[in-house]
Amino acid sequence: MATILDIQHLTVHFPINIGTVQAVQDVSLSLRQGEVMGLVGESGCGKSTLGFSINRLLRPPGRIVQGKILYHDKDIVTMSERELLSIRGRKIAMIFQDPLTSLNPLFRIDQQFMETLFTHEKGISKKAAFKRAEMMLESLGISRERLMEYPHQMSGGMRQRIMIGMGLILNPDLLIADEPTTSLDVIVEAQFLDLLNELRKQFDLTIILITHNLGNVAQLADRITVMYGGTVMELGEANEIFENPLHPYTKGLLSSIPNIKLDQPKLKTMPGSPPDLVDPPPGCVFHPRCPFVKDICREQKPTPFTRDGHLVNCWLYG
Amino acid sequence: MRENVEDFLNITDLKKHFPLQKGFIDNLLSKEKSFVRAVDGVSFSIKKGEVLGLVGESGCGKTTTGRLILRLLEPTSGEIFYRGQSIFSHSKHEMERMREKMQIIFQDPYASLSPRMSIGKAIGHPLSIHHNSSRNEQRRMVLEIMEKVGLYPAEFFYKKYPHQLSGGQRQRAVIARALVSNPDFVVADEPIAMADVSVRAMLLELMVQLKEEFDLTYLYITHDLATCKYICDQVAIMYLGKIVEIGPLNDVFTNPVHPYTATLMEAVPVPDPKYRRIQPIPKGEIPSAINPPSGCRFHPRCHAAKPMCSEHEPDLIEVSQGHRVACFS
Amino acid sequence: MRYSPAAGIGRMISGIMGMGRKYGIEWWILVMGALIILAIVFMAIFADSLAPFHPLNQNAGPQLAPPGGNHLLGTDNLQRDVWSRIIHGSRTILRVAVLAAIISSVLGIPLGLISGFAGGFFDRLISLIMDSLYSFPGLILAIAFAAMLGPGVINITFAVSVIYIPTYFRLVRGQTLSIKEELYVEAARAIGASGPTILWRYIFPNVIATTVVVFSLNVADAIMIEAALTYLGLGLPPTIVDWGMDLSMGKRFLPSGQWWLITFPGAMISILALGFTMLGEGLAEILNPRLLER
Repeated sequence: MATILDIQHLTVHFPINIGTVQAVQDVSLSLRQGEVMGLVGESGCGKSTLGFSINRLLRPPGRIVQGKILYHDKDIVTMSERELLSIRGRKIAMIFQDPLTSLNPLFRIDQQFMETLFTHEKGISKKAAFKRAEMMLESLGISRERLMEYPHQMSGGMRQRIMIGMGLILNPDLLIADEPTTSLDVIVEAQFLDLLNELRKQFDLTIILITHNLGNVAQLADRITVMYGGTVMELGEANEIFENPLHPYTKGLLSSIPNIKLDQPKLKTMPGSPPDLVDPPPGCVFHPRCPFVKDICREQKPTPFTRDGHLVNCWLYG
Repeated sequence: MRENVEDFLNITDLKKHFPLQKGFIDNLLSKEKSFVRAVDGVSFSIKKGEVLGLVGESGCGKTTTGRLILRLLEPTSGEIFYRGQSIFSHSKHEMERMREKMQIIFQDPYASLSPRMSIGKAIGHPLSIHHNSSRNEQRRMVLEIMEKVGLYPAEFFYKKYPHQLSGGQRQRAVIARALVSNPDFVVADEPIAMADVSVRAMLLELMVQLKEEFDLTYLYITHDLATCKYICDQVAIMYLGKIVEIGPLNDVFTNPVHPYTATLMEAVPVPDPKYRRIQPIPKGEIPSAINPPSGCRFHPRCHAAKPMCSEHEPDLIEVSQGHRVACFS
Repeated sequence: MRYSPAAGIGRMISGIMGMGRKYGIEWWILVMGALIILAIVFMAIFADSLAPFHPLNQNAGPQLAPPGGNHLLGTDNLQRDVWSRIIHGSRTILRVAVLAAIISSVLGIPLGLISGFAGGFFDRLISLIMDSLYSFPGLILAIAFAAMLGPGVINITFAVSVIYIPTYFRLVRGQTLSIKEELYVEAARAIGASGPTILWRYIFPNVIATTVVVFSLNVADAIMIEAALTYLGLGLPPTIVDWGMDLSMGKRFLPSGQWWLITFPGAMISILALGFTMLGEGLAEILNPRLLER
């Protein structure tokens, strides 16, 4: 399978007045065409920052300090503005957590779609653009009349679906979804995930699903990357990660989340709390909370160990 | 209706309708008032030492119910009995005593602590309101409760401010504040929803522990059905202001009778990649609480709907011991 | 005695430098402003020892002598030493401006708190009064009050203070209105706190930060207003030494080339006002990100 995106040793820092937040530290991962990659971790682990970096949508003072993001062998980090504009939105689309603030409240839905089309596909006629918007709404399972509505007239779940539509209207190769269901109710969330699955097949998409909800990735993802404190802890096939987690963090996480279908008598708790990214612990960033910590963990960052496509960054292995 | 003396908390037909603000012109043109029927006839009872989980999606009225019980909001109608006595029959002074015994834990640990108050002072504030004990005695009680919730060493955390604590620590402080005055009853409104995933289990564990130690009774409000398993004895599912199913936890979970309960269970994301959903998800979304659907409120989305469902509202009927459902099917 | 004053000062200086590194230029602006104010306060406190002549001494030297020699800043037409008058004038202006700011805040802040918290008719009434006061140009209002009250230091202080009450009121009321809706206020109600307790222990502490900033800027403004009032002749008997008054009297002599009579009082007014402004702005910049940096 072809690699569509290759992130190499990416480091992103946020210099603020109390210090520098090391949001993403030396992260490498590659994305295969057509797969759904789940990027999981708690708040502050760097997954959203990573997502924003791919399209160079980082808000200052955030800066990419080091690393490459290769999209079809072109480095996004060093690309010119012009080249970037042709990729952003067009080849790599992004949808966000809160659809209320991502959609312009002053424009009707059809206008929002058409504006996107006019900007990127020069010369497209109004009629053709409208037709495309109609077809998109059909794929989303929304009736055509709603094209004439304004965002505030729609419910949260519907707006979120419109957002996907906006992201997909230009037929991108890659869709980055940043916590798209966090603000949705459980049932709407399930509807949304089903839709995403459908659309992925229909549009032949590659998706990066950024979330803290392991249930979501279990449903949708082919491969999963577990992040913590700005670094990758573990990466592998979804089944592998759930059935055979290698990293102590992953193990701890999996045994501490409630599973409604399982008969778990008790949840295992993880001591401590996520690290301070301005002053991260030396060595392995998880070591203060790790039940298997060794001396080397406190001093050196672990070297990645891979076996059968299952990668883990831990001194217990390799 | 004779309330069971064993019941610790008893709610009967509680309603809260919020009047809608209308624009000036609308007010002139039509006399009709519309209401948001946030809570529309809710009844349940909790025994001492029990935990009732109140579950539902946003807008179902669970948070409002919690606030009504604590009289942070005045109900439109209905009764609330605490230990056999109606809480509305109390004078202002007695109400204050109530506040000491009935406490609330909010969802957002940062927003529920004043940013300019040290943790120690914030936790100790209920004491300074309700107790006549000396400053030293109060400080001692605060330190004691802080250790119990895991803010250890207590002396160290006493002087800290909310922004210097992690999310999990803040929520512990909020729990400490709720428990410092030795209440009997605690309403926990989504207490772990805003904590990090790895910290949630710890907080749940803590709440269970404290319940045993202090002999508490909880009303646990949440939208996350999965967490109920670890703390609740009974569970009540709410939809658009009404309870659609209520019963012992195991019964409801193994045998969800109401179609909404069943779909809610199916919809919860399962962290197991091999699991694939069996039942279909209902279409559509939660309708507005201003103009709820006629008859059974779930009928437009229900796959088992019968013509009767759009005409009459079902009452809660007992399906098995303690397990009641409001459904015609 | 474990601590020597030298070590104490050393620690203070390194503390200041540390803050400077942390906060950048806003901190230095604040420090500059504070130093200016401190210098002038020093001047005011030790006026008697610092001034070479008595400010009202009409025989201090030759008439209209230019700066130099015995008289650092020259003498005025009544043969009084300008430098001494400058030194003593600092007392007056500081007293009036700071006192006026204190009165404004002591009246405006509680009104804002109560009005915002209570709402209803009371709130509407007070807001109406405050808005009317606020819509008057400050100087005009001050002139009106000063004219009504008559001359005198106390009267001028009152006249100046009235202008700022609405400012504090609006600021505090606005903040109270929004803080009232915060979850921690609801939590306070849930634990049984009474209205006044909530106001005092929950709302007021969260409002203080911005009021301190306003206070500083308030004083800066009050300085200018006081100077303006005395310049216009409204306010102080000639036995009081005041920069504004000197400014007014000095302007007559500018065409004849005696520039030192208005330059120095004018400069001092500007410098003192600048000092307070820098303090206020510096504070605002520093406190703001702090408030946001949760």
